[in-house]
Amino acid sequence: MKDKKIFSIVLSGAAGQGIQTVENLFTQIAKESGYNVYATKEYMSRVRGGNNSTEILISSKPVRSFRKKIDLLVVLNNNAIERLRDRISDNTIIIGEKNFVSKEKNSIPISLLEISNSLGSSIYANAVAVGILSGIINAEKTVIDEVIYEYFKEKGEEVIDNNLKAIIKGYEIGKQLNINFQIEKNGYVKKHMLLNGSQAVAKGAISGGCNFISSYPMSPATAVFTELAKASKKYNIIVDQAEDEIAAANMAIGAWYAGARAIVSTSGGGFALMEEAISLSGMIETPIVVHLGQRPGPATGLPTRTEQGDLDLVLYAGHGTFPRIIFAPASLEEAYYLSAKAFNFADKFQVPVFVLTDQYLLDSFYNVEYLPQIQVERYIIKTTKDYKRYEITESGISPRGIPGYGEGVVRVDSDEHDEFGHITENPKVRVDMVNKRMRKLNEILKEVIQPVLFGDENYEYLFISWGSTSQILKEAIEELDIEKVAMIHFPQVYPLPKETENYLSKAKKVVFVEQNVNGQFANLIRREFGIDTSNRILKYDGFPFSVENLKEKIKEAL
Amino acid sequence: MFSVKIYDISNSDIAWCPGCGNFGILNELKTAFSELELSPNQVVIVSGIGQAAKMPQYVNVNMFNGLHGRTLPVATAIKLVNPSLIVIAESGDGCTYGEGGNHFIHTIRKNPNIVNIVHDNMIYGLTKGQASPTTPKGVKTTLQFDGVFVDPFNPIAVAVALNASFVARTFMGYTDLTIELIKKAIKHRGYSLIDILQPCVTFNKYNTYQWYKENTYILPEDYDPTDRKTAFEIAMDTEKLALGLIYLNESKEVYEDFQPRIELF
Repeated sequence: MKDKKIFSIVLSGAAGQGIQTVENLFTQIAKESGYNVYATKEYMSRVRGGNNSTEILISSKPVRSFRKKIDLLVVLNNNAIERLRDRISDNTIIIGEKNFVSKEKNSIPISLLEISNSLGSSIYANAVAVGILSGIINAEKTVIDEVIYEYFKEKGEEVIDNNLKAIIKGYEIGKQLNINFQIEKNGYVKKHMLLNGSQAVAKGAISGGCNFISSYPMSPATAVFTELAKASKKYNIIVDQAEDEIAAANMAIGAWYAGARAIVSTSGGGFALMEEAISLSGMIETPIVVHLGQRPGPATGLPTRTEQGDLDLVLYAGHGTFPRIIFAPASLEEAYYLSAKAFNFADKFQVPVFVLTDQYLLDSFYNVEYLPQIQVERYIIKTTKDYKRYEITESGISPRGIPGYGEGVVRVDSDEHDEFGHITENPKVRVDMVNKRMRKLNEILKEVIQPVLFGDENYEYLFISWGSTSQILKEAIEELDIEKVAMIHFPQVYPLPKETENYLSKAKKVVFVEQNVNGQFANLIRREFGIDTSNRILKYDGFPFSVENLKEKIKEAL
Repeated sequence: MFSVKIYDISNSDIAWCPGCGNFGILNELKTAFSELELSPNQVVIVSGIGQAAKMPQYVNVNMFNGLHGRTLPVATAIKLVNPSLIVIAESGDGCTYGEGGNHFIHTIRKNPNIVNIVHDNMIYGLTKGQASPTTPKGVKTTLQFDGVFVDPFNPIAVAVALNASFVARTFMGYTDLTIELIKKAIKHRGYSLIDILQPCVTFNKYNTYQWYKENTYILPEDYDPTDRKTAFEIAMDTEKLALGLIYLNESKEVYEDFQPRIELF
């Protein structure tokens, strides 16, 4: 077994107590000090109270997946410990107010509030917490100065100074705790960028030439909308908060029709309202890019939790039959790359393109070395007087004009139509048009994003996953390091390349790992290739797999 | 003045009933375009679903014949992306006020510079004669056998209440007035509503050509459309329907002015 050295910190408190601020500041300080960092949060669907927690992993090697273990638990309210009981071991050190932690075995009572009050106000409790954690990991003090200055610079010098004082106070306390922390620093990590899944999707969209977003807020997909709105002025992105998801999706298609590169960001419930527009996109061959951040359904479900339960939804969304493309990134780099690629594919193939993420991926932070600039590919043509929007071609792709560019008129029709876009009920034209649209599927397959194999190439046991679960599975397989075991990750889950069959037929046993109740990807593979996909590791409690949990499941499956 | 012929579509098989009010609106629209000398490639007609929504099938300009109720979001997006285009959202009363009711409210709030032409025949035509949001109370239909129970939707009052920037009503039988209002709406900067009353000769035996003539009046020339209180009073009068530009608010900010310009080609 190749276990990485990882120090796991969990902060737990009520909504509104500022865990998020501690996470933001501390992860930056840790990264700038030369540590690989990873953070993910789980939170209740409420604005105040309850109990939320954030896990921060510090490692000398890159670490990118949720771990169950807790080395240090920082408790900010009274119901935190019971909620995390099954993750607390004999080695877990617990810090917090005396009355919250005194009954625990390895507890260190520290009153953040008292320390903060001694500095003149209770509002510095979070800064003291950042300081204590920074002291424990032996963070560089100059880095702390820089991070705090950057974070509070718009609030003035007094705020910066007071917060710094509180952090330094905490820092000294943290050092004196003598907590066994043996993680090495690496200078190169400082050059990395720290971002989360939502930022990766938004940056990818911008890199892919996105210049229009219309959406309706919905967890966990809102942050992508917010990130693009923040970037609106710098990158010239039109931003519209639509009255409902139906409007949002129809607007995005209208925007593509007029020549923009548009996206909608939503979750399953919002996407359900967009389905008619997906069908419209299929018929009028005007693209749309959909970012769908999954959360557990049906209906309102678990609004702030995670699941991979909407593959079937996007696979079958919209009445009628037409081609589509579905991406499901595992990592932040992939979320970035596929979100960019989605725009090029949408423009080229004139179909709906989905980027399927989930709450877990969107809310996960870590340091990333490099995000390459993606070449924006545009396929718009200047029209001539006799322009035919739906010209029958061998590839099925008709050159796409936009209104006002060239002498022709661009006529798109949700009714079945002839080459000019005029309504028709002619059976021959109908068949020609259906076939033309479906031919695009072959073109898409020529450029399919191939699955990625990881582990022993001479595998007998093959684990298969998609989306964010693939990253957790990868770390589990890497750490188990067992011969004859490998995994395949599918960044593109539809349409699937023919090679899929070869990968699967080489294995003695194939096991699907998914975060949903019915194994939606396993069902898709069975549908497409007629292969037995009955071995499945499934989870649907609203929380992600942990690396430890998957290691156990893998061993059981062998 | 451009020839009206440049907006013709050759060999089109028009799907409207003989005597349908849509024919009049088609001619009025083309005449307004020709008088304003609009090039076909500079105009986009966005329509939804229904008999009225077939309009762009018969006009040689850019066309987006989309989904039922969704004309306004699509038209808004097109205008945001390319403000140099003249964007017309055109559909029937069911499509605009029923299926698209939420979009109607919020597009008025956003105030993009588009023209919204609503063919208001107070009935559902394509689905064969059911009540529309504007069917008068008591009228018997192919579904409401005992007559419509609920009060009709008053688009003019709603638009004035929402402080829309241009609110007009006309009857398609009054050709000059209709052409004049379409031209004014295209030239107006902001969202313009033109509710065009029209008969449905097949399914609406109540609101006939004769009925519209008897139950409407044209606003006098000295009428001041910028007075919102008076406009609202006029809008509330459903006994005798006022025709003309009922409300004009030129101070309303236009949605695309708040958005960045994007590079298209």
